[in-house]
Amino acid sequence: MSAPSPSGAAAPGAAAAAGAGTPLLEVEDLTVWLRVEGAERPVLRGVSLQVSPGEAVGLVGESGSGKSMTARAIDRLLPAGARLAGRVSFGGADVTALSGAALRAYRNQVAMIFQDPRAHVNPVRRIGDFMTEALRANHGVPGPEAARRAADMLGQVGIEDGARRLRQYPHELSGGMLQRVMIAAALLTGPRLLLADEPTTALDVTTQAEVMAILDDLRRDLGLAMIFITHDLELAAAICDRTVVMYAGQVVEVRESALLHADPLHPYTAALAAARPDISRTADRLRAIPGRPVSAFEAPQSECAFAPRCPHAAGVCRAALPGLTGLDGGLSRCARAGELRGRLGEAAGE
Amino acid sequence: MSEPGGGPVLEVAGLRKVFGDLTAVEDVSFALPPGRSLAIVGESGSGKTTIARMIVGLERATAGTITACGRDRSRPARSAADRRRRGREVQIVFQDPYTSLDPRQSARDAIDEVLRLHHGWPAQRRRARVAELTDLVGLDERQARALPRALSGGQRQRVAIARALAAQPRVLILDESVAALDVSIQAQVLNLLADIRDSTGVSYVLISHDLAVVRQLTDDVIVLRRGRVVERGPTGEVLDQPRHEYTRRLRASVPRPGWKPGRGGLLAAGEDGDQDGR
Repeated sequence: MSAPSPSGAAAPGAAAAAGAGTPLLEVEDLTVWLRVEGAERPVLRGVSLQVSPGEAVGLVGESGSGKSMTARAIDRLLPAGARLAGRVSFGGADVTALSGAALRAYRNQVAMIFQDPRAHVNPVRRIGDFMTEALRANHGVPGPEAARRAADMLGQVGIEDGARRLRQYPHELSGGMLQRVMIAAALLTGPRLLLADEPTTALDVTTQAEVMAILDDLRRDLGLAMIFITHDLELAAAICDRTVVMYAGQVVEVRESALLHADPLHPYTAALAAARPDISRTADRLRAIPGRPVSAFEAPQSECAFAPRCPHAAGVCRAALPGLTGLDGGLSRCARAGELRGRLGEAAGE
Repeated sequence: MSEPGGGPVLEVAGLRKVFGDLTAVEDVSFALPPGRSLAIVGESGSGKTTIARMIVGLERATAGTITACGRDRSRPARSAADRRRRGREVQIVFQDPYTSLDPRQSARDAIDEVLRLHHGWPAQRRRARVAELTDLVGLDERQARALPRALSGGQRQRVAIARALAAQPRVLILDESVAALDVSIQAQVLNLLADIRDSTGVSYVLISHDLAVVRQLTDDVIVLRRGRVVERGPTGEVLDQPRHEYTRRLRASVPRPGWKPGRGGLLAAGEDGDQDGR
């Protein structure tokens, strides 16, 4: 979709992302309204993104950016009363109207991993019942065979003694262990896309590193595509091929992860990276972004949503809502992106 | 106000806390000089929050002493006056501003209540001080009048900080106080905390798992693991040249550009990461 810029010598890896072949998942101009106190409010405003088979895409944003809502729309988990416009297609087929068996079949292909594993398991059911449920109910796999596959998969996420773990209850496992169980359970039905919504945010840093390593290895081994949702720009950039940055219910930047810090295309991305304290040095002052992040429903419809907080805002930013335009193999929703190119990166802000 | 000869504003010696069979804190000691800031770093189960709770009197130490401004506070306060005095020595700001504020109380009323309790000033003086404090933490007139539910997470955390400062404590314990904030807001609050320290001379004890935040705000650090101090020193030194294997593992687990996560606590080449990566 993106018009490749003439100067854009695409870096290695970007080629697959730029749409060689059919994307596995394609989200086109997705707008979602939720019903809040009787009124409809937009939470997503024209979100478009693509994921190729086997590709890892980071979805980064602050509160209210719409990153989790995008994942929920993709997995058809929007709250009751939500209204949706636009298109979500998986393997070329529209999935926004699926129901019944077709929806279940789709969800077997798209597995979701949540932030808080304890909120997504039944505390009074054994790990084994939870893990094998989909196999037994939707795939007609007999119980003993399902249990064998579950124990195997536990081994793959680094949990030894799987047969014993299957007999345990969620409260007997630590948070990191339980999140590994969730990953194993998600992989059992042979999905082609993982939707991971802040899967390590609630974990200790050393556990986060372990869980990320497992997720990363398995994903590569199995050739799975992944959408990784996080507020942590550095984490997304470290494990994803491309990163999509969201603000106020819109995509504001799509960039190859390797270039995100050195050469961002949107002032918000640059500001977010600069605001984070640096573990290797103490800043005299942090470069905070003034104001607070706005949600889609608070954002103005006819100007850039980030303009009120942006150090580079000018008249053109308030004249119209900027579109998402191609630049150097990425995309930016900034009216001044071309002009600001090279002035937004890590070193440029000093 | 009265610690003799500029000694530490907070001193903890041989601190120990046992819950049933579990030793949550074992032989922890540190001293905090006036105006300096100390980080207590650790993961879940390290005992860091238990230490904070013992310092403010929410838990009683099994053994060891806690001294603030030269006065012992290892035992429960004997009287309301004693408890109030302790409140003027050490205050705490919790992680979650959604649950630590009274939902029926505006920022202004919450601060005013503390002023009345601790300083007994007349209304006019309290009003002026409320305005100063809300201004200091960057709340505008409307926000100062609003109930917590009408405020964002960052604004509520500012209210919690202003309320804690109203007691004019010498030590402010920040228990993961910026952990739940959006990155762009977290930077504002960290800058604010640095300004407040410059203008009031308050000392911080920052309880945190976030090493970048620790680097930004503190002078010294102690690293806790399963209730014990495994490493201590100036924050910059400990983070740049961690000596203990566990500190190295913590440091290596922080995502950064070019970072690759590793199983069992990935480390730079040559470091023995597997020891307790179980």
